[in-house]
Amino acid sequence: MLRDARLIAAKDLRIELRSKVTASQILPFALLVLMLFAFALDPDSQALERATPGLFWVAVLFVTVLAVERSFSLEGGDGVRDALRLAGLEPGGVFLGKFAALVVQLLVVEVVLLLGVLLLYSRDLAGVGLLAATMLAATAGIGAAGTLYGVLAAGLRVRETLLPFLLLPVLAPVLIAATRAFESALDGVPSDGWPWFNLLAVFALVYIGIGILTFGSLLEES
Amino acid sequence: MTTPQAISASHPAGVRAPNGTGSSVSRVLGVVALAAMGLLVWLAFVASPRDAIQGDLVRLLFLHPALAWTAYLACFIATAASIQHLRKGTVGSDILAHSAVELGAVMTLLTLVTGSVWGRPTWGVWWVWDARLTSTAMLFLLLLGYLALHRIDAAPEVRSKRSAVLGVLLVPNVLLVHQSVEWWRTLHQDATLLDRQFDFGTSDLFMFTMIFGFVAVTLVFSWLLLHRFRVGWLEHQVESEWLDEAIEARRAEAHAESHDGTPTTGGVAR
Repeated sequence: MLRDARLIAAKDLRIELRSKVTASQILPFALLVLMLFAFALDPDSQALERATPGLFWVAVLFVTVLAVERSFSLEGGDGVRDALRLAGLEPGGVFLGKFAALVVQLLVVEVVLLLGVLLLYSRDLAGVGLLAATMLAATAGIGAAGTLYGVLAAGLRVRETLLPFLLLPVLAPVLIAATRAFESALDGVPSDGWPWFNLLAVFALVYIGIGILTFGSLLEES
Repeated sequence: MTTPQAISASHPAGVRAPNGTGSSVSRVLGVVALAAMGLLVWLAFVASPRDAIQGDLVRLLFLHPALAWTAYLACFIATAASIQHLRKGTVGSDILAHSAVELGAVMTLLTLVTGSVWGRPTWGVWWVWDARLTSTAMLFLLLLGYLALHRIDAAPEVRSKRSAVLGVLLVPNVLLVHQSVEWWRTLHQDATLLDRQFDFGTSDLFMFTMIFGFVAVTLVFSWLLLHRFRVGWLEHQVESEWLDEAIEARRAEAHAESHDGTPTTGGVAR
């Protein structure tokens, strides 16, 4: 299963390295969202500074929707879905591979976004351990849920409109928990944030588990 | 989705399906549910007195928690039926899950509306970011998501399998959302607003009416679920029968063609 996962992840990442869709479209979009927040909230009133953790994670969720759509449009054309099924890969491995490639790309975007909010919203970096742990756990949860809901919407004529509607309510716990954990970290009270990290870890584990178990039945249909 | 009437109208050959969704069992259940609702109305509006603090508003509590309970019940039924569908692939379990989610969405909306009606005079606003309100609203959106996926334009097997995976995720999602929202609000406030309102002295009659409200609403819920399931079943039958007829008609056409050696008049344009 892990070998299959490595193959799929390497394939997705190789496509990204050559096409650079995440780097040239999704990442700039994320920075654009940061600018839009600044236009919506008065930068002088310190609203941006106070809302930094929340705005950061809302931007990440927007990016997630795009990244998931991109991840499944890779297999959209030329019967690639059928080819993937015929290749004899284990469904759980395909899930883990798509998941890993998505997580790697999201993490890159998040690091740039974090630098962006620190610079643009003038926050000081603090609680690096909790920040890093939160980012890893939250991204794992987002990636697992995104992969699962991505395949649910993949190949449908209404996928672009359906995916955000299905995915974003499900990611609400991640938004809440990751925002609170970031708040604690940036405010210099990391001990308040660790329970939120635990919730994120539980979310990620639940979704990775369900993903491995149900991906097979989703791949074999259609 | 095409209604059974529309299909049977376009196919005068007729659909051999029962005319209604009732049976002797469901009729008895319906009468019992109706009587229970009648008794509940009497208990709630005539027998129980006004509350000293809340006045007539307290009467909403005979209905509101019961509605919320059926909404959660619907989620559990949907997830259980979805697991069954993924394991066995039976059509019935998919229809049951869909029926439960649809009813659950109605019950969740009614829970929100009755809560809001209660909240406006009590808190002075229609909406507060209370943990229970927020997680109920999220539950409503999750259920709408399932309904959106279940009505996609795709092959029936694809549709029911994808819906089933979403159905399996329903209960874990509800639990995760509930937990996170609970923490989110309680870390900011001391207690939920609802909890503080429950400190009036509860009389025996009050307790009985409230429990009876659960029984009555659950009966109505079961009756509705039964009928919604049967409507879904009839829809499925009409759909598959229509498909069978269409295949049969094409076969007969091809058969006639190969025997006559000439294309049938009025056949499909080539």
